[in-house]
Amino acid sequence: MFYREAGDFSTTYREDSQTFPIKFDRYRYYAVLIIAFAIIPFLLNDYWVNAIFLPFLIYSIAAIGLNILTGYCGQVSLGTGGFMAVGAYATYKLMTAFPEVSMVVHILLAGGVTAFVGVLFGLPSLRIKGFYLAVATLAAQFFLVWLFNRVPWFYNYSASGQINSPERTLFGIPITGANTEPWAVYLFCLVFVTISAVVARNLTRGAMGRKWMAIRDMDIAAEIIGVNPLTAKLSAFAISSFFVGVSGALFFSVYLGAVEVGEVFGINKSFLVLFMIIIGGLGSIFGSFAGAAFLVLLPVLLKNVLVTGLGWPTDLAAHLEFMIVGFLIIVFLIVEPHGIAQLWRVAKEKLRLWPFPH
Amino acid sequence: MLSNTDGYVTEDGRTIGGVVMEMKNITLRFGGVTAIKDITFDIREGEIRAIIGPNGAGKSSMLNVVSGFYVPQEGEVFFRGEKRPALKPFEVARQGIARTFQNIALFEGMSVLDNVMTGRLTQMKAGFISQSIWRGKAEKEEVENREICERVIDFLEIQSIRKTPVSRLPYGLKKRVELARALASEPKLLLLDEPMAGMNVEEKEDMSRFILDVNDEFGTTIALIEHDMGVVMDLSDRVVVMDYGKKIGDGTPSEVRNNQAVIDAYLGVSHD
Repeated sequence: MFYREAGDFSTTYREDSQTFPIKFDRYRYYAVLIIAFAIIPFLLNDYWVNAIFLPFLIYSIAAIGLNILTGYCGQVSLGTGGFMAVGAYATYKLMTAFPEVSMVVHILLAGGVTAFVGVLFGLPSLRIKGFYLAVATLAAQFFLVWLFNRVPWFYNYSASGQINSPERTLFGIPITGANTEPWAVYLFCLVFVTISAVVARNLTRGAMGRKWMAIRDMDIAAEIIGVNPLTAKLSAFAISSFFVGVSGALFFSVYLGAVEVGEVFGINKSFLVLFMIIIGGLGSIFGSFAGAAFLVLLPVLLKNVLVTGLGWPTDLAAHLEFMIVGFLIIVFLIVEPHGIAQLWRVAKEKLRLWPFPH
Repeated sequence: MLSNTDGYVTEDGRTIGGVVMEMKNITLRFGGVTAIKDITFDIREGEIRAIIGPNGAGKSSMLNVVSGFYVPQEGEVFFRGEKRPALKPFEVARQGIARTFQNIALFEGMSVLDNVMTGRLTQMKAGFISQSIWRGKAEKEEVENREICERVIDFLEIQSIRKTPVSRLPYGLKKRVELARALASEPKLLLLDEPMAGMNVEEKEDMSRFILDVNDEFGTTIALIEHDMGVVMDLSDRVVVMDYGKKIGDGTPSEVRNNQAVIDAYLGVSHD
């Protein structure tokens, strides 16, 4: 009824292999883009940007990155926090060393640095798989945080050991530092998110994505049909780390402004992003967004209901929040182990036939 | 004995060309176990070559040597007249050898179409930038290779399931999709490891027809392992018989059927 592909024919292979082959989907996608770019910026205030939109957008990029590695290529990684830290510290060093260069360049370069580090720590994946690889990436997590804590060069020998993001402008509008406007930082991150999602989708629906998925589903068969496991796995590590690095760079420079590495980019962050893609749906770009939204919105929602709505003390609410989020995650994984993306697919399949399912 | 370049005419009147693949004195050991002992045989252009033998005879190991997955300790492999060095499995695929597996080795998380398209991966060479913006070479390659895959999909009559995830398909169709994936790479030599294992009579008939059609239409050289003697004797032009890692017979189906060593291996022989 609401969701029909009847009468929607693809006459070329090009049309058939586009991201949204169904017209309805395509229009909905354009509508979301228009709302996100043209309407939301006018409605924003500080609270909405800092509590919801910035974390959601930035975690979405991290989740897309990890989803490429874990969801598409099947290589479990627990080093996301460490790689985000690489992105953050690379931007910091670049921002302070070359103040006149545009922030966009810094963030992309930080992604590049993280990609390189990711490939280095991805090398063990050629020998080990599954849990063992997860433990190897855990080593990356701890090593990188230790490195940024212990080597003063990375935080420019500051007394506090923190890194602080100086004010930088883009087209004359401040996007980092203390004097930013909500709409400016929102749009800045949104551009990165949109491009990341489009690039990730293009890569995963084409030859490269098929190589990754072949490695994920059956690595021996993949090798026999001609996929070089070395390049396939390392390219997944590189591209995944690039996105994670970009998200770390934005997280530090635009969102937080000041970072103490052990606190912000600790093992908790790695698990948080991993939970996002598991709840959202492994091997799905939409799932990355859904998971990020779920884990960013849920605590905010619970806090509003418990503290503002029911008038509970803040500390009690904070502890209950942990329990409720944990409980919901377990319920969710029992009900739908393939995540929100799968729920969405099932809903669409049902809607195709509704109201006449036979 | 045929020379390497001469062809021959089969019992059903097809002309077979020169040698495509030649295995010379192959010996393969796993630790102390000798899986294959000093086997020599060849596969000729356009023929359907079967490898048969009782369980544990070393047939699958032999196919793995042909496909480059195992590297034999002794002996030489010649492919299209050239000695093949010890290659990685993915490099062998690029030489034009495709195979299917005894236990289906499809990519369960992908659709049928994506699975078939993976057969074209060795031909897709668009750069990273082109792929990430889906313009230029990447898009052109995608469409060209899709056309080739769609031809294979039409040929094997799996059009209606092309967008279905492989994990939802029944066994017989999975086998067919696996054949499609192997065919999509337009192989010069196609290796089938028990293509009919676990099928009912009807599915076996379908699969036999597809194998003959592939050979007939594309002229693909096929080497296959199969347990169903009726199928093997009907399909194949020449048969290699193995037992305990050794070759005990080689020839046309009728020659093999009358070979005393083969009869002994299959029916047993009294020791008195």
